[in-house]
Amino acid sequence: MAMLEQPTPGAAAPSLWLKRLFVRLGVLPFLLIVAVIVFTLMSDNFLTGRNLANVARQSVYLTIVSLGQMFALLTGGFDLSVGTILALTSVVGALAMAAAFGAMPDAPGLAIAIGCLAGILAGTAIGLFNGVGVAIFNVSPFIMTLGMASIGFGIALFLTGGVPVYGMPQEFGDVFGFGAWFGIDVPVYVAALLIVVVYLLVNWTPLGRYFYAVGGNIKAARLSGIGTRTVLFATYVICALLTALGGMLLTARLDTGEANIGASMPLESIAACVIAGVSLRGGVGRVENVVLGALFINLVQNGMNLARIESYLQTVVLGVLLILAVVADQLRLRYIADLKD
Amino acid sequence: MTHHPESDGGPSDRAAPLPAAPLLELRGVSRRFPGVLALDKVDFQLRPGEVHVLFGENGAGKSTMISMIAGALRPSEGEFRFRGEPVELNSVHHARGLGISAVFQEFSLVPQMTVEENLFLGAESTRLGLLDRRALHDRADAILKRLGFPLRPRDRVLHLTRAEQQMVEIAKAFRSELSVLILDEPTASLTERETAQLFKLIEQVKAQGVGVIYITHRLSEIRRIGDRITVLRDGRYVATVDAQTTPEGELVRLMTGRVYDELFPKVRFKPGRELLSVERLTTASGSVVEASLSVCAGEIVGLAGLVGSGKSEVARACFGLEKIAEGHVRLKGEEVTGQGPKRMLKRGFFYVPPDRRDEGLMMMRPVRENVSLPSLTLAPFGNGALLDRRGETDRVRRLAEQLNLQPPRIERAVEAFSGGNQQKVLLAKSRTRPVQVFAFDEPTVGVDVGTRVAIYEFIRDLCEAGAGILLISSDLPEVLNLSNRAYVFYRGRVQAELAGDEITEEKVLSHFFERDAA
Repeated sequence: MAMLEQPTPGAAAPSLWLKRLFVRLGVLPFLLIVAVIVFTLMSDNFLTGRNLANVARQSVYLTIVSLGQMFALLTGGFDLSVGTILALTSVVGALAMAAAFGAMPDAPGLAIAIGCLAGILAGTAIGLFNGVGVAIFNVSPFIMTLGMASIGFGIALFLTGGVPVYGMPQEFGDVFGFGAWFGIDVPVYVAALLIVVVYLLVNWTPLGRYFYAVGGNIKAARLSGIGTRTVLFATYVICALLTALGGMLLTARLDTGEANIGASMPLESIAACVIAGVSLRGGVGRVENVVLGALFINLVQNGMNLARIESYLQTVVLGVLLILAVVADQLRLRYIADLKD
Repeated sequence: MTHHPESDGGPSDRAAPLPAAPLLELRGVSRRFPGVLALDKVDFQLRPGEVHVLFGENGAGKSTMISMIAGALRPSEGEFRFRGEPVELNSVHHARGLGISAVFQEFSLVPQMTVEENLFLGAESTRLGLLDRRALHDRADAILKRLGFPLRPRDRVLHLTRAEQQMVEIAKAFRSELSVLILDEPTASLTERETAQLFKLIEQVKAQGVGVIYITHRLSEIRRIGDRITVLRDGRYVATVDAQTTPEGELVRLMTGRVYDELFPKVRFKPGRELLSVERLTTASGSVVEASLSVCAGEIVGLAGLVGSGKSEVARACFGLEKIAEGHVRLKGEEVTGQGPKRMLKRGFFYVPPDRRDEGLMMMRPVRENVSLPSLTLAPFGNGALLDRRGETDRVRRLAEQLNLQPPRIERAVEAFSGGNQQKVLLAKSRTRPVQVFAFDEPTVGVDVGTRVAIYEFIRDLCEAGAGILLISSDLPEVLNLSNRAYVFYRGRVQAELAGDEITEEKVLSHFFERDAA
C-alpha cells in the first residue's frame, strides 16, 4: 500500500484520507451532502425550515419500519413482510376501532385503545410466525417472510374486500395523525420515543448485543452460551412490533384502514438500512445511522417532488440508490482490507 | 542429514525397473506467506514408477509442497523441473495438462451434480457444442470400472458417503493421461476393502511409470506401498530415506526431532478433586465410542490422536455441541449429560473451539464485544438487565494487557489483528466468568512461536490456580510437554491412558497410528 503510493506522495495523501473517511463513515454522509446540494440548486423551497419539518414528519413511518428492519438485517436475515404487517395492522386496527366505536359512541378513547391493541397484535402475529419459521424450523428468512407477506396481504384484502375501512373516531386522526404539541407533530414524538427505546435496547442490554452476535457469527454466539433461537425469534417479533406501531400511526394519518399502504415498505426500509451501512451479511449497523438513512430516503423523495420529478421515475432513483449503496459497501470492504496495517 | 536422494538406490526388488531420470524435481523451492516461511529451500525428486511418501507433522510444509506441485500455489523461489525441463506451473489447469493430478483431503466436488458430471467438470465431452451426455456417461463408466469403484455414474454426489466421495475425487485424477499422482491421506475415510482396492490401483499406475506422491500419517501404509520417504519438518527438508528398511523410531525422530525445552513452561500440577468425568460416552454420529475420561482440579489432561479420532468430538459432546447417544457426563459430581453450551457455561465448563474464524469470533466486531460476549449478564459486564459499558471496557482492557494483545486496541475489529492476536482474543473470552474446567481445542493452531509461549503460560497459570484443563491437540509435543495425564484416541475410542513419565513420544505414537492393517 504505502510502497505503491510512494512515487506520488502528494497526490496519494488526500485520496487516502478520503478513503479512510469513507471506511469510517460509510456512503451515507457523502450521499446526504450530494442530495442537499442538488436539491437546493433545483428548488428554492427545499432548504427551508418548513419543508425540512415536513420531511421529518413524512419520515416517521419509514423510520420506525426501518428500525424494525434493522434487527432482521443485524442477525443476517431480512424481513420482506413489513409491508404486509403495515397493511394488516391498519386493516385490523381500523375494523376493530370502527366496530368498538360503533358499539360505544360515547367512549372514543376506549375505542381507540381497543383498535390500536387489535391492530398491533395482528401485525405482531405475523412476526411471531416469521420468528417460529426462521428460528425453529430454519426456513430461510427470504422464503419465510415472503410467504408471510403473501398470507398477510391476502388476509388484509379478504377482511376488507379491498375497500378502505372507515368509521374510526375523529379523535384518532386528530391526535395521532395530525396532532401537534409545541409545534411538533405527535407522530414525530412517537418516533423519537421509539428511536430512544431501540437505541437503549441495542446498545445497553445483553439482548441488543446478541443480535450482533447472531449475525456476526452464529456458531460463536452459540458457543458463548447465547440462545440463538430465542434471539432469532425475538428479532422477527420486534421487527413486526415496531412495524405495527408504525402501521397504526399511518392509519391515523390516513384516517382509514387500507390494505394497500405498505407495498413499497420492504424495499424502502431495506434501502434505508443498507444506505446507512447496515451490512447484509449481518452483525454490523447502528441505530442512529438507520434513522439518518430513513430521513435521507424521504429527503430524496421530497426533493424530487419539489423538483417536479415524476413519481414513476422516483421509483427508478430509489432502486439505483439501493444498488449504489450495496456497491459502496463492497468497495468499503475492499478498502478495509487495503487499509489494514 | 546423512541421507541424500541420490545416495540410496532404493530396494532393488521393488523400485522402478531402471533408476530413470527424475520425473519431477524441485530444487531449493521456498514458499513465503505473509509472516511465515511455509517451505524453506526444499529439494525433492520423484522418479517414474515410484511411490514417494511425504512425512511430517501438521504444519511441516507437506500441504504447501503438494499444492505447488499441483499448480495451486506458486513458489516464492526455487526451480521446478518436469522430465528434465524447467517449468513454471501457473495453474492447476496447466499442471493437469502435464498429467499432474492431485487428490486433496478437501473435496472439490459439486454436491448437487452427479458422479459423471463431477468427473468431467471443466472437461466435458461435447458434440457440435452441445454436451454429449452419452459419451460422458460411457467414459465415466469406463473409469469407474477400471478403478473398481462401486459407484453409479448417475448418482448425485450429495447422496454419497464420505468414502464414496473420496472415490469420485480419486477417479477425477484418472480422467486424463497421468504422469504424477498426488494423494493426500487418501485412506482417511476408506474402509480396509476400499483401501486394498486403492493400493492395487497404485501398483497398477506405478507399473505404467506414473510417479506417486503420497501423504500419510499411517506407518503401516508406508510399509505397504512406499518406496522412498521424504521427511519435512518446520518447512525444511530433513531427509530422504528408504521406506522399507528405515526403522519406525528413526522416522519419528526425523519427524519430530526438535528442542522444546524453552517453548514449554514447567507446570506444577496439584491434582485435586475430580471435576469432569465422562463415562462410556458414545455420540449419535459415532465419532466417539464408549470413551471414558476424567479431569481433576489442578491438572492438564492431554487428548492426542489424529484428526477425526474423536479427541475433539468428546469435548464437544460434553459441551453440548454433539448429540450424545449413550453414556454420562458429570461436572463436579452432577449429571450434566446433553446440556447445551448455555447451561454448561453456567456450571463452569468452558470450551474454546479450534477454528476461531468459523466458531470462535465475530470477525467484524471489536475485540471488546468479542471478549465480553459469554458473560454480558454478569458483573462487571452488566447487572443482568443492562450492560455496564465502562465495566466492560475496563475488564477487557485488563485482559488484553494480561495476554499482551498487539496492538492493544480493544475497539478495533478482530479481523484487523494477526492470527496469533485473534487467538488471544478467543482465549480471553474464557476469562470473563468463573470457570473450573477449560477445554482448549487446538489452542495454538496457526500461531507463531512467540504467541505459543504466551498461550502455554496462560494455560499453566490457569492450572496452577486450580482449574481442571482438557488440552486437545494435534501438535504432539504440546500434549507431551504440558499434560500430566493423557488419553490417546483412535477411531473414536480411548486407546490408552498415560500418566506422568509414561507420556512419551513412542508410547503416544504407538497408539496413534494404525499398526497393522490386518
